[in-house]
Amino acid sequence: MSSGNGSAVEPAARLARSRVVITRANGHMARLVAERLGRLQQYHVVGIGAGRLPDPSAAMEYHQLDSPVDPVGAILRHRDVEAVIDLGAPEAPDRLGDDSRVHDALDTARLLDACVTHSVRKVIVLSSASVYGPRPENTQFLREDAPLRASPAYAWMRDTIDIDAAASSFMQTTTDIAVTILRPVHILGRLRSAASNYLRRPIIPTLLGFDPMMQVIHEQDVAEVIACALSRDTRGIYNVTGPGQIPLSVIIRELGRRRMPIPHLLAGPLWRLAVGRAGKADRSRAGDSMLEADFVRFVCMVDGSRARAELGFQPRFGLRESIRAVD
Amino acid sequence: MQTKGWLERRMDRLVQRRLGRDIMQRFEALDLDDNEYGYDPFGCSKESLSYAAVIAGWLYRSYFRCEVHGCENVPARGRCLLVANHSGQLPFDALMTVMAIFLEPAQPRVVRSTLERFIPRVPFASYLLSRWGQIVGTPDNCLRLLEDEELVLVFPEGARGIAKPFSRRYQLTRFGRGFMRLALQTGAPVVPMAIIGAEEQAPAINAWPIARLLGAPSFPVVPYPPFFPVIPLPAKYRMYFGEPLTFTGDASDDNAVADNVAAVKQRIQSMIERGLEERRYVFW
Repeated sequence: MSSGNGSAVEPAARLARSRVVITRANGHMARLVAERLGRLQQYHVVGIGAGRLPDPSAAMEYHQLDSPVDPVGAILRHRDVEAVIDLGAPEAPDRLGDDSRVHDALDTARLLDACVTHSVRKVIVLSSASVYGPRPENTQFLREDAPLRASPAYAWMRDTIDIDAAASSFMQTTTDIAVTILRPVHILGRLRSAASNYLRRPIIPTLLGFDPMMQVIHEQDVAEVIACALSRDTRGIYNVTGPGQIPLSVIIRELGRRRMPIPHLLAGPLWRLAVGRAGKADRSRAGDSMLEADFVRFVCMVDGSRARAELGFQPRFGLRESIRAVD
Repeated sequence: MQTKGWLERRMDRLVQRRLGRDIMQRFEALDLDDNEYGYDPFGCSKESLSYAAVIAGWLYRSYFRCEVHGCENVPARGRCLLVANHSGQLPFDALMTVMAIFLEPAQPRVVRSTLERFIPRVPFASYLLSRWGQIVGTPDNCLRLLEDEELVLVFPEGARGIAKPFSRRYQLTRFGRGFMRLALQTGAPVVPMAIIGAEEQAPAINAWPIARLLGAPSFPVVPYPPFFPVIPLPAKYRMYFGEPLTFTGDASDDNAVADNVAAVKQRIQSMIERGLEERRYVFW
């Protein structure tokens, strides 16, 4: 286990602050969360991740974990950790065999077990509202108790569903740890979320005759809601919505991109052909599943009023800014 | 938002000219909870509505020549459940009700009618109907809209009503109970409504062997080409809005709910009978 220190915090000050561990810390989302928590001046952020930290200036102490021997436990044992934030799978892997997939081996269930052993007080897991699944019979705004009906046929979705399921069952069995599961809507920004990857294409494939309403949230608002969940003494599942809802076609028009409507019966085969031609280094694997897994066909929207009321979360970015964050 | 193209601007002007000042003013008077892009939480947009109103307005005025009685019974604002009979193989009765509530009262309103759950699977209908304010008929959607003080149109007969053969015209089929639970939960007044004329737009028999083969609830056949109801006959529509009924009670008490439903059904049946007595000719 190698230890790289990217923090500029004084050792004395570090003791006074409560320690927060972030998983997947080499990703873009972790960086945003670390920056947000850094501004609060009361947390010392410890990041753990599978690869190298791409940006050493990030405001956290970073540990690269390559060893399979309970490395999470090693970090939790030696330090007094206040909270663990599992960033789940908001960022979709660029391609198969990418380092970020190592998270699955060091998976959420084991992380949660380690939290019990080392008496962590609070656990926050970042899931996604996509776990409800786009379905024709969906009610317009799904609440937290709606059944999870997403198709596990795509790697990105499978990861998210597994993480959410592990966290939910953990939440039901443990009483000592305050578990908070956040299910944000499509995250837009520089991060490689499925929705952002999809919208970053110069010509965006859509389904002919379908234009569902969608909810989006700015990536910094996701960091914001994590900070809210950390500071409040709450537990449970929260849907997290951004500034509102808007048809897919309007998002594409706002971005100034062209759309290419494909008849939905042909969309799957045609699209796989196009992606196959683009080669294996194509960076939008999860973005493809936006089309293939019906996210651009049926409604999959959630009611975020519970997070607004109980976490005190208000999105700071409007619809226009959130959409424009993709570029 | 990106500025509109030349063609779209031209279309907008064409639509505005076709609709005229009166109707455009009605669109402005519509109370819609829309965001900066002009879409409400359910995807309804005034712009899409105005496009649809060109054709729907022509159907309303010239094709079905709708006649509306008692539209002052529909509250100008506040939550309300409109409950009507459903008939005629094609859902033009819903469309004409939407137009009636938009064109006739002093304060125009968007009628939210409930769609069958297979509609989101149908290309174009899936998003066009939601742009025009129609919603998938889940209890949660109706509850949410009523709590937002909107006007929801419910056909408690559902597919049973619209698909019934011509031989059983103007006989109400079994009523669903969902609307009464909504009324009791939200305290919304129920406005009973009778639609006369929709039955004659497509006098059909049900070819049940074909229906069974296709796995569909019914397969209507009409005695003129193309033998499947696609274009409705120009029967004259007469719409009657009854006085609002308010119900109080426990929404989970099934017996009370059933009694209230029977009362509403009785009310609509008697309004239908009165409408049929007043009618002398079907097509004019």
